[in-house]
Amino acid sequence: MKINKLYLVLLLLALVAPFFLYPVFLAKLLCFALFACAFNLMLGYVGLLSFGHAAFLGTGGYVTGWLMMNSGLTPELAILLGTLTAGALGALYGKLSVKREGIYFAMVTLALSQLVFFIYLQAPFTGGEDGMQGVPRGKLFGVIDLSDNISMYYFVLAIFLFGFWLIHRTVHSPFGQVLKAIRENEPRATSLGYNVNDYKWVAFTISAALAGLAGSTKTLVFQLASLTDVHWHMSGEVVLMTLVGGVGTILGPVVGAGVIVTMQNYLSSGELGNYLHIIMGLIFVICVLAFRSGIVGELQKVWKRNFG
Amino acid sequence: MSADYVLETRNLIKAFKGFTAVDDVNLQVTRGHIHALIGPNGAGKTTVFNLLTKFLTPTEGRILFNGTDITAMKPAAIARAGVVRSFQISAVFPHLTVLENVRIALQRKEGNSFHFWRPQSVLNKLNDRAIELLDAVGLAEFASAQTVDLSYGRKRALEIATTLALEPELMLLDEPTQGMGHEDVGLVADLIKKVSVGRTILMVEHNLHVVSKLADRITVLQRGAILTEGDYATVSADPRVREAYMGTAASAEQDRINAEAAQAERQEEVDA
Repeated sequence: MKINKLYLVLLLLALVAPFFLYPVFLAKLLCFALFACAFNLMLGYVGLLSFGHAAFLGTGGYVTGWLMMNSGLTPELAILLGTLTAGALGALYGKLSVKREGIYFAMVTLALSQLVFFIYLQAPFTGGEDGMQGVPRGKLFGVIDLSDNISMYYFVLAIFLFGFWLIHRTVHSPFGQVLKAIRENEPRATSLGYNVNDYKWVAFTISAALAGLAGSTKTLVFQLASLTDVHWHMSGEVVLMTLVGGVGTILGPVVGAGVIVTMQNYLSSGELGNYLHIIMGLIFVICVLAFRSGIVGELQKVWKRNFG
Repeated sequence: MSADYVLETRNLIKAFKGFTAVDDVNLQVTRGHIHALIGPNGAGKTTVFNLLTKFLTPTEGRILFNGTDITAMKPAAIARAGVVRSFQISAVFPHLTVLENVRIALQRKEGNSFHFWRPQSVLNKLNDRAIELLDAVGLAEFASAQTVDLSYGRKRALEIATTLALEPELMLLDEPTQGMGHEDVGLVADLIKKVSVGRTILMVEHNLHVVSKLADRITVLQRGAILTEGDYATVSADPRVREAYMGTAASAEQDRINAEAAQAERQEEVDA
């Protein structure tokens, strides 16, 4: 009950926010929050750290961008196709990587995503170093003009809510139960007759598709798809967001993305801009040393201690 | 001929870089038996288990289940065929509830385990069956407890309930009473006896008292090879078995004490 009330308050805040804050900034925040939630599905609920999720974010972005510029499709279809492409890539990469665990899984995903990075760097349609610029936002369902930032924001909010709901549902589904069992005791799950790699693979594909959805949406918001989104820095940043917010908590990645994106936005334009990476590094170190379970994780602990 | 045997191994060999852990083992497990695998530490008992369930791949030899060759099958497939194992260290899902632990085993046959778009509540129809199974091992009252909070003996009982949920034809129990206090040993032994009705059990067991009470047939392993086979009277009278145990009996006892101390420590950590 309390949790439902919390969600309701957050939803109300999200609905009124664009009247107080810059809608494009808020939309960016939601895109990264969705990206982090998708990543957290693997790290938090399967226990596998992917170091290549930028590949899916970037693929969604480039495919949607290219379609918007060249095909005349409406934005919702361009986003759908971007998401599906990222999901297909995820299915392929997942098949190759879920056989490994721990650091090896991280390395395989990193290597595969670097492959994608170099393709996008060299391929003519991506615009190389310049990226894909001036992507039109188009008209949603051919009717609603998304060049209006407020409309764009609400569209992004709807997408985010869908993604967030899907992750929430996945975690609390029969499938999610098996994932939890695998994370808790993999040999036992095997001995009960579950092909654990198949479950990891499906989770990876869902995670990749939702990362692609975040990337597709982000391209529309900024009207830009660039190499930044496929660079390994991005794969690292999403780890940071998830850890700061709280691994394995449903709201953690949202909070983490909020903190990191807000910091980047305000610090980089201010006096401290040059020290941005040092500050983020310090936060990361402090988090790992002192707040292992992240902001949301620590709050949950405090809540349990006092009211649980 | 082989119809009497649920499980057979033929010339089973496992070699690790020059060290032969399992050496030409021909094991025959008769349907309906409780069959015990005993032997001094390092005799290869657990390795045999890992080979039977394909957690390790045999170097040579064949494994037959109901006369069918299962040597090439994957671990999960073997479990689905009806050979379900337990582990030396209690194999539970600590942060699921006791009920959910059993339900995970029941869930697989429902065919909805990949359904990520459906709510978890579709699993609630399995709750009655899960409670029944928990009741059979005396855990019904703990159904909604977090598994991590259970005592060691109860975790092992839960493990047996979870295994039973799959209705396995053959249960492989790897040291089911290991690290347990005296009372728990008795409880688990009774439980094994109870669940053995209508199925076959192959167990690795150090506690010879439990073995004498439960086992219909005993295979003694030494240095990876079968030393002797037979019922308890035959095996315990065999001078070679006594010799094999003499040298290591003291250290086996020491291991048991160590394991108990380690378990007590773990329990303290949990309590804290």
